Amino acid sequence: MNFYLVSLIKIAVVFGIFMTTLAYLQWVERKVLAHIQSRTGPLRVGPHGLLQPMADVLKLLTKEDLLPPYANKVFFLLAPFIAVSLALVSISVIPFGPEINLFGTRTYMQISDLDVGILFILAISAVSVYGVALAGWSSNNKYSLIGGLRSSAQMISYELPLTLVIVSPLLLANTLSFRGITDAQAGFYLGFIPRWSIFQMPFPQIFGFIVFMIAGFAETNRIPFDLPEAENELVAGFHTEYSSMKFACFFMSEYANMVTITCVATLLFLGGWHPLFPAPYSNWVPSLVFLFFAGVFLFQLMRPSRKMDRLTYPVFAAGSVALAVLFAVPVLQTFLVPAFWFASKVGALLFTYIWVRGTLPRFRYDQLMHFAWTFLFPCALANLLLTALFVAVF
Amino acid sequence: MDTILFLIFAIIAVACAFNLVLQKHPISSALSLIGVMSSLAVLYLLLGAEFIAMAQMIVYGGAVMVLFIFVIMLLNAESEKSSGKSWFAQIAGFPLLCALVAMFVFLIRVALPPMRDVHFGDWVGGTAEAIGMLLFTKYLLPFEVISILILVAILGAVVLARKEID
Repeated sequence: MNFYLVSLIKIAVVFGIFMTTLAYLQWVERKVLAHIQSRTGPLRVGPHGLLQPMADVLKLLTKEDLLPPYANKVFFLLAPFIAVSLALVSISVIPFGPEINLFGTRTYMQISDLDVGILFILAISAVSVYGVALAGWSSNNKYSLIGGLRSSAQMISYELPLTLVIVSPLLLANTLSFRGITDAQAGFYLGFIPRWSIFQMPFPQIFGFIVFMIAGFAETNRIPFDLPEAENELVAGFHTEYSSMKFACFFMSEYANMVTITCVATLLFLGGWHPLFPAPYSNWVPSLVFLFFAGVFLFQLMRPSRKMDRLTYPVFAAGSVALAVLFAVPVLQTFLVPAFWFASKVGALLFTYIWVRGTLPRFRYDQLMHFAWTFLFPCALANLLLTALFVAVF
Repeated sequence: MDTILFLIFAIIAVACAFNLVLQKHPISSALSLIGVMSSLAVLYLLLGAEFIAMAQMIVYGGAVMVLFIFVIMLLNAESEKSSGKSWFAQIAGFPLLCALVAMFVFLIRVALPPMRDVHFGDWVGGTAEAIGMLLFTKYLLPFEVISILILVAILGAVVLARKEID
């Protein structure tokens, strides 16, 4: 019985954190994009627009739910459901930290530790094309159809380099389970270089990491590969005809896929929850970071640019100090510090996603296909061969 | 627990298979086929063949069926119309099907030696490690031959497609 109880608690915690991350990722994206483009971004709803996600959810819930008369109704309703459920299910095999002690039970910071976790993620990503493809087809709209077709072709093409490049860290770790892969990356060379896959020897794996990230951008239909929803040619691509919550489902699945692929990149290449510095020092990094944030907030307080800043900055600073104290408590450190390292790596990668969106223009469709088959695929293959040779020789 | 899961997914697989034949629209049929593939993957998983289950999802549930759906969408295939001409098929179709199935069941029961009962969780040779070991020792030659065969098929497809463009 204990097993079911612990599992339920873990599912509730992961689901809550994941949903909050999805809602606020969108806020972060709008803010970062705005600052890249010299704007301020959402600012009206709550302090610094912090309640904007709630407002967006309310807006999407209360909008009219339109069902186009010429659409194929069954598939039109099925498509967003497929997209969102498959996008959310992949998080269940991602580990966030080491084994911990929860109410006297030893358990992993992970919903389920699958022996073939990485294959599970690949299977889910292979099937998740259907949501987009069906949405495009069932809308009975030529823009939607072209968006859906583009998306299927793009995802099939980029799945190949993605899968080939995943094999190299698997060869180095000699296992298919995420927990095993991450454990193989624990420790340090010479006491200070982390043994993450990205720093491993067969020509630095950073090459493989870059290929993985590029293919990941294409798999999640993000700029510069967002051809399925290129708004200057296709209105909104595969979700042109969707409104209200059905549109929100596609929106959510896009962000969920983004979080999942960054989690996988972190686990495969960046050492998961293992810290950047050796243990005695790295345990105090989270506290120092939060104290630094508190300092920044207090510095901003000295020159407020808006009236509300006198109220919001002290609250933010107090919150940061509270977090810093929380991360310094030795009992909580056992699971908060690994979670911090994992979250900060995933956060850095997510920031890269947003950064790229604010920087690069969109590819043309033939360039996209050409790039996948004549550049990315040979690169992934060469990387795999070199890694295999290295593993075989040493 | 295992038996209940087996029954649920076996029923889903059979229901999807019937739906595949009965549906008029090609997309509905293709989606039913995906249902069959996915339920089969769960059945493999129940029997302890975790690697085969995931490979089934990636290769059949994903790659192969995406191509099917892609082609159906690209050609914009319509619902199939009943020709309604063959009175023989209408009258004798179902009895003949039953006879065929009965014949297969009879032949299998007679020809094959009596088998042991299958128990869930007995078999442990389904890990990626065990399968890889077998593929690269005992079945190395068939494995390599099939790789060459698939390579030839890919080259053939490329050659045929190129001829059509010129």
